[in-house]
Amino acid sequence: MLGLGKKDFSLLMLVLVLTMLAPFILNPFPEGSGMAQFNAGYPDLMQRFVIFGIFAIGFNILFGLTGYLSFGHAAFLGVGSYAAIWMMKLVSLNVIPAMIMGVIFAGLFALVVGFISLRRSGIYFSILTLAFAQMSYALAYSVLTPITGGETGLQLKSTDNPILSNLAEGEIGRASLFGLDMRASIELEMGNWLFTLNMGYYVAAFVMLIAFYIAIRIFRSPFGVMLRAVKSNQNRMNYTGLNPRPYTLAAFVISGMYAGLAGGLMVAMDTQVGPERMFWTASGEVVLMTILGGVGTLIGPVLGAGLIKYMENIISKINSDILHTWFAFLPDGLEDLVVTLIYPFIGKGWHLTLGIVFMLVVIFLPGGLVEGGQRIARLFGKRRKSEDGSSAGKTTPAE
Amino acid sequence: MGILEVKGVNKRFGGLQALGDVNLSVQEQTVHAIIGPNGAGKSTLLNCLVGKLIPDSGSVMFDNQSVLGRKPHEINQMGISRVFQTPEIFTDLTVLENMMIPCFAKRDGAFRLHALESLGHEKGIREMAETMLEEVNMLDKRNAHAGSLSRGDKRRLEMAMCLVQEPRLLLLDEPTAGMARADTNNTIDLLKEIKEKRKITMAIIEHDMHVVFSLAERITVLAQGTPLVEDTPDNIKGHPKVKEAYLGEAAH
Repeated sequence: MLGLGKKDFSLLMLVLVLTMLAPFILNPFPEGSGMAQFNAGYPDLMQRFVIFGIFAIGFNILFGLTGYLSFGHAAFLGVGSYAAIWMMKLVSLNVIPAMIMGVIFAGLFALVVGFISLRRSGIYFSILTLAFAQMSYALAYSVLTPITGGETGLQLKSTDNPILSNLAEGEIGRASLFGLDMRASIELEMGNWLFTLNMGYYVAAFVMLIAFYIAIRIFRSPFGVMLRAVKSNQNRMNYTGLNPRPYTLAAFVISGMYAGLAGGLMVAMDTQVGPERMFWTASGEVVLMTILGGVGTLIGPVLGAGLIKYMENIISKINSDILHTWFAFLPDGLEDLVVTLIYPFIGKGWHLTLGIVFMLVVIFLPGGLVEGGQRIARLFGKRRKSEDGSSAGKTTPAE
Repeated sequence: MGILEVKGVNKRFGGLQALGDVNLSVQEQTVHAIIGPNGAGKSTLLNCLVGKLIPDSGSVMFDNQSVLGRKPHEINQMGISRVFQTPEIFTDLTVLENMMIPCFAKRDGAFRLHALESLGHEKGIREMAETMLEEVNMLDKRNAHAGSLSRGDKRRLEMAMCLVQEPRLLLLDEPTAGMARADTNNTIDLLKEIKEKRKITMAIIEHDMHVVFSLAERITVLAQGTPLVEDTPDNIKGHPKVKEAYLGEAAH
């Protein structure tokens, strides 16, 4: 169906169900209970899940298939964001043209960066992409201030009057999809539970489904096989009459366009951009997401993005007061000891937790969370249907 | 006029004259062996033929077209395939995928953006690949990872990947290097079969005289970067110059 095999189709359906029901699935704890802080079903975070999911899916097309580790992918995210916000400032508040612009500009920028960087492979390629991303960051931060807004970045202002929208004098525009406000939400109260169905989230989730579908098609296409051939043996490829360069460049541009789409969606959800979006840590984050989830697998990058964003937003909100209430049942001295021991791993220390999780995954599960899922499935002796993305994922640890 | 004409090729690496005024003519539908002691320049010559190295002077013509300055993939598209000393295959891919890649290269050329087409719909390519696998008795291994094959099977797969492109010239770089006698004999049989069935022109670089005399119809002896003699195997066997070159090497 949809040109997919049975396995891939059920994977797509699984992702469809998960994304559509996410506001419910991610809010398992009743409002006001002690566990409510672990609820992730609020619009802002769910939007980040799917947006970074798109970013990681695209990154995986390059890294997972060709093995080229780009360390500057955040630059494309940034370029996509700037293109999208200018589209909203000047032309239309509709999110669709903004996203299209984001994709086009990120793709063009990726074409230039890729054309130059792909002259080298391995660590030199990574360093070249990193250099480009940091240059873009520095330019956005300083020299290009008239276009990027410099340090403060850009946002929709009361003085912006897009030509295709009829804003009243002094009204600040809001991102919309044919008139539907991105920030509109329906709140459902069921007993003690509160579920928020947000317009922006559903738009983003729908875009992610399309992006995911295209990624499956690419993985299963002759082009996908060629990209895996690039990773496996470029020498044989050359002597088989194939030119690896345009294949890698095409993968690089496609993956840059995914990043641009993610950047455009970020603007569609929250109409502002700053240069920090292109900072090298943002590029590193997508590498972590992909490796954590499973390099070269279909669903892995989405899981990795979800896990990192969950930790960033949930673990970082736990503070020592919360810890004290959790361990209040312990004798005083012991309570203080336990809290002192756990404290470095929460709040601002969430990076430490992430680091440890990352190390454990890389050492014990080189195939990422997907491999973990497969092992659990095997443990129960059942053949779980569709967690595995591709055969490439099984054999390739992080590089 | 041969299908491959090498004229006056020179190649220096710093102070070392790797190839000095090499002339070679490979006739269509023959098996031409290039032999010589270590350091004679055999591999350098081969690399000049496939675009990996560019000679300092001289000409290399394939089918009346110069190959010089062309990239390896362009030279392959002209009809020259190469088998490596250690089999070069796509170890992370399955045997069938390995086989399909040269089929795509033959049909689509050096690059095509078939990103949204489905691999499952490529019936023609699949058939072509499976027929070739059948021919080399590897059809039952089509879903195995190429990296897990035995060395002999890797060699056969690589050879099949070259043959499915129907090259006009097959270059073999020490195809039996490091092989046990039994594997060597299997490879010889395979090459003989190819020679008879497909009438492909082959140029073999080889160390092992047993292989050379079982296959070759013409032999060129290279020593210190220059061809000593070119003749039929029978005449080469007793040639004093050849003996000297090899004995000279042994005396070192």
